[in-house]
Amino acid sequence: MEFFRIRKDIPFMKYALVLNAVSFITFALAVFFLLTRGLHLSVEFTGGTVMEVAYQQTADIGKVRDKVASLGYSDVVVQNFGTSRDVMIRLPVQKGVTSAQQSEQVLGALQAENPDVTLRRTEFVGPQVGEELVHGGLMALAMVVLGIVIYLAFRFEWKFGVAAVIANLHDVVIILGFFAFFQWEFSLAVLAGVLAVLGYSVNESVVIFDRIREAFRKFRKLSTHEVIDHAITSTMSRTIITHASTEAMVLSMFFFGGPSLHYFALALTIGILFGIYSSVFVAAAIAMWLGVKREDLVKAPVRKEGDPNDPNSGAVV
Amino acid sequence: MNRYPVWKYAIIVIALLVGVVYTLPNFFGEAPAVQVSSAKSTVKVDDAVLQKVQTALQAASLPTDHLALEGTSVRARFDTPDDQLKAKDVIQRALITDATDPAYIVALNLVSRSPDWLTALGAKPMYLGLDLRGGVHFMLQVDMQAALTKKAESLAGDLRTMLRDKNIRHGGISRDGQTVEVRVRDQATLMAARNLIADQFPDLQASDVPDGSDGFVLRATIKPEALRKVQEQALKQNMTTLHNRINELGVAEPVIQQQGLDRIVVQLPGVQDTAKAKDILGRTATLEVRMVDESSEARSAEMGSGPVPFGTEKYNDRNGQSLIVKKQVVLTGENLTDAQPGFDSQTQEPTVNLTLDAKGSRIFKDVTRENVGKRMAIILFEKGKGEVVTAPVIRSEIGGGRVQISGRMTTVEANDTSLLLRAGSLAAPMEIIEEYTIGPSLGADNINRGIHSVVWGMVAIAVFMCLYYMVFGVISTIALGVNVLLLLAILSMLQATLTLPGIAAMALAIGVAIDSNVLINERIREELRGGASPQAAIQAGYENAWHTILDSNVTTLIAGLALLAFGTGVVRGFAVVHCIGIVTSMFSAVFFSRGLVNLWYGRRKKLKSVSIGQVWKPEGDDHRSVASRGNSN
Repeated sequence: MEFFRIRKDIPFMKYALVLNAVSFITFALAVFFLLTRGLHLSVEFTGGTVMEVAYQQTADIGKVRDKVASLGYSDVVVQNFGTSRDVMIRLPVQKGVTSAQQSEQVLGALQAENPDVTLRRTEFVGPQVGEELVHGGLMALAMVVLGIVIYLAFRFEWKFGVAAVIANLHDVVIILGFFAFFQWEFSLAVLAGVLAVLGYSVNESVVIFDRIREAFRKFRKLSTHEVIDHAITSTMSRTIITHASTEAMVLSMFFFGGPSLHYFALALTIGILFGIYSSVFVAAAIAMWLGVKREDLVKAPVRKEGDPNDPNSGAVV
Repeated sequence: MNRYPVWKYAIIVIALLVGVVYTLPNFFGEAPAVQVSSAKSTVKVDDAVLQKVQTALQAASLPTDHLALEGTSVRARFDTPDDQLKAKDVIQRALITDATDPAYIVALNLVSRSPDWLTALGAKPMYLGLDLRGGVHFMLQVDMQAALTKKAESLAGDLRTMLRDKNIRHGGISRDGQTVEVRVRDQATLMAARNLIADQFPDLQASDVPDGSDGFVLRATIKPEALRKVQEQALKQNMTTLHNRINELGVAEPVIQQQGLDRIVVQLPGVQDTAKAKDILGRTATLEVRMVDESSEARSAEMGSGPVPFGTEKYNDRNGQSLIVKKQVVLTGENLTDAQPGFDSQTQEPTVNLTLDAKGSRIFKDVTRENVGKRMAIILFEKGKGEVVTAPVIRSEIGGGRVQISGRMTTVEANDTSLLLRAGSLAAPMEIIEEYTIGPSLGADNINRGIHSVVWGMVAIAVFMCLYYMVFGVISTIALGVNVLLLLAILSMLQATLTLPGIAAMALAIGVAIDSNVLINERIREELRGGASPQAAIQAGYENAWHTILDSNVTTLIAGLALLAFGTGVVRGFAVVHCIGIVTSMFSAVFFSRGLVNLWYGRRKKLKSVSIGQVWKPEGDDHRSVASRGNSN
């Protein structure tokens, strides 16, 4: 079996402008939705109480909502969680009432109506914890970006580092845009997923950059955009197969992982799809705009083949 | 060219063996067990307890397949939950004589079913997180400001007494937040007060500010080192108190951990009754000092031969000795700022040293002056039940707020008494800032979901790889299996806590690890397409792919490490597995899979073809393209 039988290098870079415009529009839309709709942050970030209760039969969400509202809570979210029998209730932080009192009060009220209802899970987060999580998340993001730029600048060239980070931050913003647009719940697990995607799509860009460097060295006569086209074309097969395999795993989580992993898998799926797009079309194009030249990567044109001290020696065939 | 030296194979074999040994315990599952641990710091669980448990079980003819003293607890393993429940009753009856004041905690638990030889090798199963086994998690924040204010208050009192003793006249001492302010009229007094603070109060640092026209203000603040010490002590004391209280709940493996400077995490696996747990955690024990009634009626009541006189109450001490004390409360725990074990400077006897605040010292001075030769009792109230901690005789008037209790105490007793006295008041109030409860059914569901995601994802990848890359696909799949094995082994060795996000990270690690094998296999195909001989293609494929794999994995690792450094809770658990997964994947996908390839193909001198699926070659020279040009180079 062999899926990819590409005779000629596909001239991706000819369309670089169009492709970059597409990603710029997607990016702008994502930012727009993030600003106008905002993220639907989970209780871990906002503080408050979440309860998950299970009924024996299909639960009547409307009734549950009325019941909880009658206890004097405003801004309560009641929704199905996983199956139609499981209900998730989200209560805001209330001054003077502890979470224990809150959850007991609500469970008591629900049990008065239907004795079958059982408590599956409660979660209470104080407001101070949420702030720290946001801070920690942003710090992690900054460190990832910085670390990757430094590493790529050291291994390749600063232009690649910057290109990879811009391309992949654009993935992150687009994932966040999806979460804002659909108002999917953004939890800590999703945050972990988003940051993992950042590493994962940089990984993707690195594979292509590696080929670009190798092609620069091998084909002296080709222009920069021909080299990039060649690099993308020759990694095409690997790109698709790898991502299909990773996606198989992520889909397995999506279908079997239950509600807790649902949004995590969703974030990864979007991340993987846009990760391919951005590293193939955006990262390489940005590196091209930044003016990557053969001389940037092939430092000494005349040197001994297979010099063991040369960090790039392995790429020489 | 594709041969590994023996030592490389040796590394592979050793890694596999270690991997298998450390992963194995996770597959034996858990057996119902009964765990006996100590409920009091004075009670030790040792071989004698083990013997008692053994005889009790034998008498009830309950078969255990494993009974041992592990650390500070005795664990007995049973076949069925039914036996477990029966055994719990039997052991409880055998060990606990006084049901109202149990010396041991007999709790139901789950222990690994893994055989002894694995345990002897140090191979233990991973610890399941609360989201997988069910239970309660609390994060408590200690109010350090309150602890510091309390400390400043007590220092202000001490300073007042000391100034009076040294005859330094001052215009008043006040506490403003955490600073103590002393008003003085002239320069000389200022100097004197300043020197006194420098000499006698190592915890304070003083600075003077002019106070308008009529004098000076000396501002004393707690030194940063002392601040840290106060905070550490407050945290430690709160943790000790929590430990004592949680023991009552009979939880088999409670986790009480410090997190950061001012937080405590409490995890109670298997506990479902949050309300009760919270009630116990949040309860404050109170301490009262009362006078002992030493009239003859009270004596007879103490012996149990007469009624308790009017206006008095009867309390027992820890040895069951009763004591009649007056109802009137002299002092409460609020006035007690510290209790520490120590030694008498003259007799070298163990002592308990109490420190009282300013108000407490005044009252104490008056009471002791009027009651020399009589006894006073210090009573700890918890759960509305009072217990006499100690009842010393007053030898002389005690001023200055420093009280020493001595006489017929061992060092251990002095330690316990001071611990109990300190427990009478939590060092600083605590607040629950995070809490979650996971029902046991949800925990079991989560395990199944996690396992299903990993297994089905892996099956899908394996089937595809084998079909697409043939023998090389099979090798890649085996390498992937080895990756999972090593990942599990390392997590078990680290005794990491496995959570649902951890399982998700494992799934993702597998999905990403296959990338390395795809890179290698694609490279080999490319070399073959370019016309290289099979052996040369394998060699070049691995060589070229390695550099890409290294670069891409290091970038992913950077992301993982950043998550590890700045993440908390869920994110951290995810990051640990993610990082380890990257490292193991480099070993399995490159080093191990090359070993397999070398073993399979490397020894054949005249290798005609390798089974890596169909390798398509562009036909004809008219269509020579850049792509093919690259490969024929």
